[in-house]
Parts: sequence; C-alpha cells; structure tokens
Amino acid sequence: MHEKGKVEVTDVCKTYQKNDQNVVSLSHVSLSIKERQFVSIIGPSGCGKSTLFNIIAGLLLPTSGNVIADGHSIIGRAGYVGYMLQKDMLLPWRTIEDNIILGLEIRDVPKKEALARALPLMERYGLKGFEKHHPDELSGGMRQRAALLRTLLYDRDIMLLDEPFGALDAQTRLSMQNWLLQIWHDFGKTVLFVTHDIDEAIYLSDDIYVFSPRPGSVRSKITVPIKRPRTTEDMTSPPFMELKHDLLKLLNAGQATD
Amino acid sequence: MTSAGEKLHLQKTSSDDGKTGRVQTETASVRLPGHRILYDEKAEQKKRRLQVRLGRLIVGVVLFGGWEILVRVGVLDSYYWSCPSAILKTTWIQLTTGSLWNDILYTSGSTILGFLTGTFFGALLGLSFWWSKSYAGISEPYLIILNALPKLALGPVLVILFGIGFSSKVILAFLMTVITTALYAYSGVKSVDPAMETLLYSLGAKRYQVFNKVVVPWSLPWIISSLRVNIALALAGAIVGEFIASSHGVGRMVIYAGTILDINLVWVGVFVLSILSMVMYCGVVLLEKWLSKHLTNIH
Repeated sequence: MHEKGKVEVTDVCKTYQKNDQNVVSLSHVSLSIKERQFVSIIGPSGCGKSTLFNIIAGLLLPTSGNVIADGHSIIGRAGYVGYMLQKDMLLPWRTIEDNIILGLEIRDVPKKEALARALPLMERYGLKGFEKHHPDELSGGMRQRAALLRTLLYDRDIMLLDEPFGALDAQTRLSMQNWLLQIWHDFGKTVLFVTHDIDEAIYLSDDIYVFSPRPGSVRSKITVPIKRPRTTEDMTSPPFMELKHDLLKLLNAGQATD
Repeated sequence: MTSAGEKLHLQKTSSDDGKTGRVQTETASVRLPGHRILYDEKAEQKKRRLQVRLGRLIVGVVLFGGWEILVRVGVLDSYYWSCPSAILKTTWIQLTTGSLWNDILYTSGSTILGFLTGTFFGALLGLSFWWSKSYAGISEPYLIILNALPKLALGPVLVILFGIGFSSKVILAFLMTVITTALYAYSGVKSVDPAMETLLYSLGAKRYQVFNKVVVPWSLPWIISSLRVNIALALAGAIVGEFIASSHGVGRMVIYAGTILDINLVWVGVFVLSILSMVMYCGVVLLEKWLSKHLTNIH
C-alpha cells in the first residue's frame, strides 16, 4: 500500500495528559517520503505538526505507531535526523561559525576539521564575512541561514524544518525559499517541511500533506504537478493557482467542521 | 522658587534647542560642508565630566575640612570624633611601627579566600540542580532557609569549632557567600530556554554536553552578577569573625582599640576597612569584565 521510502511514518498516535484529561495530539498519522523528496506538511496551528517532528527527531516517544528510516525504527533515537526548530536557537555567546559547527562538535569532530568543512559552506551560501559575528548582530534572515547551515553541516540524509521562515517578512522569505531550494538541489537531502503558508508549500514541495486540526491527522496528500527547477513566475501560473484553490478549500473545510 | 523653576525650564528648553540644533547641523553638513557647529556634543561631554570631577573634589574637601575645623574650634568633641589629621597621623604610626600591614593582609586574605571558595562551590551547587528536578525540589526550601539564616550569628559556634585562627574567618566568609551564589546560579539554571536544550538533544548531545555547552554558559551572567554582592558579604563575615575572637586582622584592631578607648585607632580601622572594601570591589569589577570576556568564548 505504501511506497517504499526513505522515511515511513506508520500509524503514529500521541496522547498526553493535561489536567487529568487525555488529549489526543496525533491520531493515526502515516506519511511516506521518498529519498531526496521535498515534502511539506500544512495545517492549522495546533494540528500536532511540532509533536510529529519531535517524534521523528527521536525527542518524544509516540503512544503507538512507528517511524522507520532506512529500513529500521528510529523511535527514541535522537540525532538520527537533522532538525531545525522554529526559532533559530543560535547560542548567543558563540560566534556564527562556532554555532554552525555545534553539531560536529557534539560528535567530537576536531574544531579545525569542523571549521574547514563549515567555512566553504558559509562562503557559498551567503554568510561570508559573518563568521566572527555574534547572532544578535545578524538579521532574521541571516540567522535562519546560519541555523539551516548548522543543520546541514550536521550531515544527515533527512532534514526536518519546522516553519523556518515563519517570522520573516515576505521579501526575505522569498529569497530564503530560493536559497533553500538551491541547497536542497545541491545536497540531495530528504526534506520534511512544516509551514502555514500555502504558497510556500506549493512552491517548495513535491508532495504536500494537509493536516486536520486537533487531533492532528492526515486529511489528504497532494502531489505538486509543477516541474523543477521552479521560478518565481511559477507562483502565478494556472496550475499553481488551481492547486492553491484546492488547498484553501481543504484547509477551510477543516475549520468549518470544527 | 518661581525664578528657580523658570531658570530650570529655560535650561531645559535651551538644551532641547541644542539637540535640535545638532540634528540640523548633521543634516545640514551633508548639504553645506562649511556650516557652523551649533552644538558640539564632545565638548559638552568633556565639560560635564570636568564639572563632575571638580564637584566631587569640593564635596570631599568640605566634608573632611569641615570635620577638622569643627573639632578644632570645639563644636565636636575630639574624644569621640577624633579628627582627620589625628587619624592620618595614627594611620602613619600604625603603618610604620605597628602591625597594620599584617592586619590588612590577614583580613583581606581571609575575605578573598572565603569569597573565592564560596563563589566557586556555590556556583557548583546551583548548577548541579539542573541535573535532577527532584533533587532540586528537595533542596530548594532548605536553600531558602539557609539563605534567610543570619549566618553571622553562627560566628561563636564556628570559632568554638574551628578555633580563633585564620580558618574560622575564612569559613564565615565562605558561609556568607556560598548560599547566595547557589541561589543566583540556580535562577540562571531555571531560566535556560528549553528549546535550546531540545536543539542540543536533536543534535545527538548527551546530557553532560547540554550541561557544558548550554547550561553553564547560559547561567554564567547570573553567577557573575553575584560577585559584587559576595565580596561585601565575605568582608563582613571576615570582620565579624575577627570581632568574636582573633589575634590578628583589622576587625580585631577595631575591637581592641575600642576596649582601650583609643578612638583614633577605631577610626583608623573604619577607614582602612572602607578603603579595603573599595579596592576589593574594584578588583571584582575587573574580574567580572575579564570573566564575561573570556569565559563566554570558551564554550
């Protein structure tokens, strides 16, 4: 039934206790993501997207279900996938380069070697000249770049990005989206992306999972028919608009039933 | 009253004018390079700094000069109040022929030792609460009780336990600082952003790595801010220790001078302790600067 994929989330449920009441956060969620795909999850706030990411990242145990990557379960295995949190979470007392090599440092890669790997990346992806700066000296977009490079340098085949551009203004957001597509193209990672923004989901993804609100579950899976490489012009093309229309309807239907 | 108020008002508006004048020159300087400077901020600052320095000097001279004169003309009784010239003379005698240098060394030695050990172990204790919520929960009320306890009242017990020598003073200074530092460090630990810990775990970090790379550097500013309070507390501890029973130290000198009614010498003690306190405070400010510059870069 499911395609054989790099990441296979099967029938994951998550229930937690709040004031002696069972709250169902995720209900029978199944995703299947092929190698090197860009897959987005879109849904209203409180649909358990972050909970799902924490489960895939191995930081949270599901109540039931399984997460399989590369043929084995990664439940409770922190550090198996690269995970970029909503906030950039750069450590304010570290310079940008020291922030970016944090993942390597934790794996005991010598600092010299880590920097030798980080510096070309920083140069290539728009952080040249900011190596010795501290995070508070950078703009929001630059900080997100640094946070993403940190995840990238951690060097996992699978990357989870939780609303990385949510706090950016529209213009910065667009340039960051192109920047992200460039990186995804260059490195061939499997990306699982959470967003609130329909345009962003369509522009970036191969597949889009639409989630329903609490308890979070998959309402439908949509494949984006637009060819790659995509340009900003695609955002106003008929297939794009059609898909946007469908997605809006799906999301609104969710709100109407509540 | 009204004239003073008006004057103040006038001054205020004139300084406002000065500010807008500065803004104008800034914009004007783009268009007219040779524009006359209406408000020179640097010169104003220099002037103000000079005024402050001069003012401070005048206040000092008036205070000490007034004291001297009031004693000389007999308004203040020299028996109780001594006078600056007599205090200076006694200080000189104590420094050259007495044991004042030794006393200063003794008091500052016990203060600094108590301060360093108290701050260090207090910080360790406070940071250790990160490792276990139940351990922290059990310890917290006791920490608060210990903090509220007037530790100086324990002085006599400590002197009995540890003798009248150097160690009882160090321990009193230690006790004065250890709990406050622990509380400061603990509030630092409690304020660590959980998302930052999540990030570290998502990068596969072990608990000790989260502790080293996030918890310690995050809490450092809290620990550093306890230093200024601690040095004063440590000095108070050391002095009270000497008051209770000691054969050396500035505190002992003051008590001794009091019992033989040598008021000049009491005043010498008071001044020496104030200067000691100021010097150590400045030392701590320098230490703070050094720590925040170097320690945060290590992690």
